Amino acid sequence: MNSNYEKILKSARDLRWDIGVDFHEKTMEALYTDATRIADRAVTYPEEKPRFDLDRTIDKLVTSRVWGFPLMILMLTFIFWLTITGANYPSGLLFSLLIDKVHPLLKAGAASIGMPWWLDGVLIDGAYLATAWVVSVMLPPMAIFFPLFTLLEDFGYLPRVAFNLDHIFRKAGAHGKQALSMTMGFGCNAAGVISTRIIDSPRERLIAIITNNFSLCNGRWPTQILIATIFIGTMVPAYLGGLISAISVVAIALLGVLLTFVVSWALSRTILKGEVSTFTLELPPYRPPRILQTLYTSMIDRTLVVLWRAIIFALPAGVILWISANLMIGGVSLAEHLVNILNPFGLLLGLNGVILVAYIVAIPANEIVIPTIMMLTVLVTGGNGIGAGSGVMFELESGLATLNILTQGGWTLLTGVNLMLFSLIHNPCSTTIYTIYKETGSAKWTTIAALLPVVMGFVITFFTAQIWRLIAGW
Amino acid sequence: MDQKISNKQQEGSKVAGVSADCASCPVHHAANLKKLGVDMESWDFVVALAGNPNTGKSTVFNALTGLKQHTGNWPGKTVTRAEGGFEYGDNRYKLVDLPGTYSLLATSLDEEIARDFILFAQPDVTIVVVDASRLERNLNLVLQVLEITNRVVICLNLMDEADRHQMKVDPRRLARDLGVPVVPTVARYDEGLEELLAAIHEVANGETLAKPYHVTYDNPKLDRAVSQLVSQIEDAFPQVPNARWVALRLLDGDERIIKAVVDGELGELTYTRDDLEGASVSHVSNKSGFAQ
Repeated sequence: MNSNYEKILKSARDLRWDIGVDFHEKTMEALYTDATRIADRAVTYPEEKPRFDLDRTIDKLVTSRVWGFPLMILMLTFIFWLTITGANYPSGLLFSLLIDKVHPLLKAGAASIGMPWWLDGVLIDGAYLATAWVVSVMLPPMAIFFPLFTLLEDFGYLPRVAFNLDHIFRKAGAHGKQALSMTMGFGCNAAGVISTRIIDSPRERLIAIITNNFSLCNGRWPTQILIATIFIGTMVPAYLGGLISAISVVAIALLGVLLTFVVSWALSRTILKGEVSTFTLELPPYRPPRILQTLYTSMIDRTLVVLWRAIIFALPAGVILWISANLMIGGVSLAEHLVNILNPFGLLLGLNGVILVAYIVAIPANEIVIPTIMMLTVLVTGGNGIGAGSGVMFELESGLATLNILTQGGWTLLTGVNLMLFSLIHNPCSTTIYTIYKETGSAKWTTIAALLPVVMGFVITFFTAQIWRLIAGW
Repeated sequence: MDQKISNKQQEGSKVAGVSADCASCPVHHAANLKKLGVDMESWDFVVALAGNPNTGKSTVFNALTGLKQHTGNWPGKTVTRAEGGFEYGDNRYKLVDLPGTYSLLATSLDEEIARDFILFAQPDVTIVVVDASRLERNLNLVLQVLEITNRVVICLNLMDEADRHQMKVDPRRLARDLGVPVVPTVARYDEGLEELLAAIHEVANGETLAKPYHVTYDNPKLDRAVSQLVSQIEDAFPQVPNARWVALRLLDGDERIIKAVVDGELGELTYTRDDLEGASVSHVSNKSGFAQ
């Protein structure tokens, strides 16, 4: 007999004395105790009320057929309301610091060292202002929205959202796990596209990739929030403004979800036909989120990363915009030429040339749509003494002032609504397009994923504009 | 977020109840299942069916294989009679019906056969069929199986009986507490079998990472003794997947396990090669999944 084996048996014999003679009884007792406890928790008898179980109670509520969706919408609205109202003050503070105080200082500094006007323009009016705008407008809402969203995620709510949406996805002929990749897309579409790796079937994965763009991403939340605040929020009494704005942003986000279903359904019945595969979705237990850690990681992982990306793209965009606004061709700037060329098409869509140019400039990053629009609008309408000069990206402290500029630029409520729609439904940003190419390895599917939404955007804004004008008689 | 997604604890199964809704649910593609009867030339996975007597094990067996195994007591030593095959997804499964037992302490021949198969043949998946209306008693066996292997799917059968007794059994809660997939079924009416197959498929392919519940003994002395033995056992038999269980059995003076140590059988795991016609001994690709 192997000596090793013998040693094991010997120590087992020795240890047996150590642990006492009632070992067998003790272990069996432990087994029965645990079995009883587990069974007790799982079974409810008719004569007794269901034992209160927090997890189960919450699950029943948030995944209930009746309350699941209303609760989801309510929670989203609450989060956006907090974000919109909470971001106002710090945004204004940052704005007055970076743009009212630091910008003139920089200009004065540049003048005192005799910087040539074009260098001063490119660096301070172009690059600096673009960056300052992005920081002051994006940092506060992100610093509020991301921690809240991360807390919800840590708590275990997002898998329940997926659970609620799962059966709709199945009906649409898509994979239930698409609910998860779609939720990821609300943060960042590139991340959402990568997360479709959890879907095994290539057909269902393609559907998830193509439709991920309908999840409103970080870069687009600020546009939605701003336009909702100045166009829709101002239509109601001030005390309701925040709430109504939040509701309209949620409505746009939900429209995105609806489009995800519709497009998934259409794809699975046309170019991506096939069987729906099954899967098991685990609902993790609810855990009290570790609040401080969540705040810290969401600050580092999300807020700063997204902000950094926005700045990297805003810097060169600011430079390019300044140049195009100051480069004259036949007495008219390059930017104005572009705006004029695209204006008829834009008006047909209930938008305008400015918005379309902004979306071309913003292909690398959706974050800079609004600053570009503002700058171009002032440029085209002649500025009227607002802002620091032609080709300068600027922002105005109050929503009403912004509204004034835009109205002068020929904007109506329809323009605002259609901008919100188009912001939801247009081509993915270049990062996402590149990610789609990397994930699918196919130029064909990348092209479809890039063009399908922008064509849909044109169609939807076109019809919205026509119907709107028909009803408004405008 | 993707951490949450990949955090495959297999807790609340999506399949929360057996109701009329299931019939309209797309999980139900009977076409996915191909009953192979006794045609088992080759297979990818071996699945063992364990459970207390009269929980419907053989009903589950027949439903999956298309065989007409006599529902009732298992005849005895000859495992071949209670074997059948089925195909699901891209995999062929060999299903072995074990005798119904209340425990795995090997105090009777039935228990010994059931236990030896789970322990030595190392099936890729062990389904424990559980009577939902007598959960507590059935869990004794479940907890013992979980000590031996973590590749377990609980088939919470006889949900209709539980209903009739107006008992509410919560599969999600149970899955969370046991740390393995729990699928509610009414095998007699083929309810929940698709979900059961999906769960088997996931465990067999290692898509589900179980965190099985282990019985806790509030006894520091015992814990010390166990950990001392465990390290010795792991030195001598590095491939043994459940050293803790072996240690407990040795401390209990279990003759069968002592014998397995003495003649080194524990290290070879060849016990079933003759008796069970090589049920899964040659199938080592998934052994790593046992790591405990």
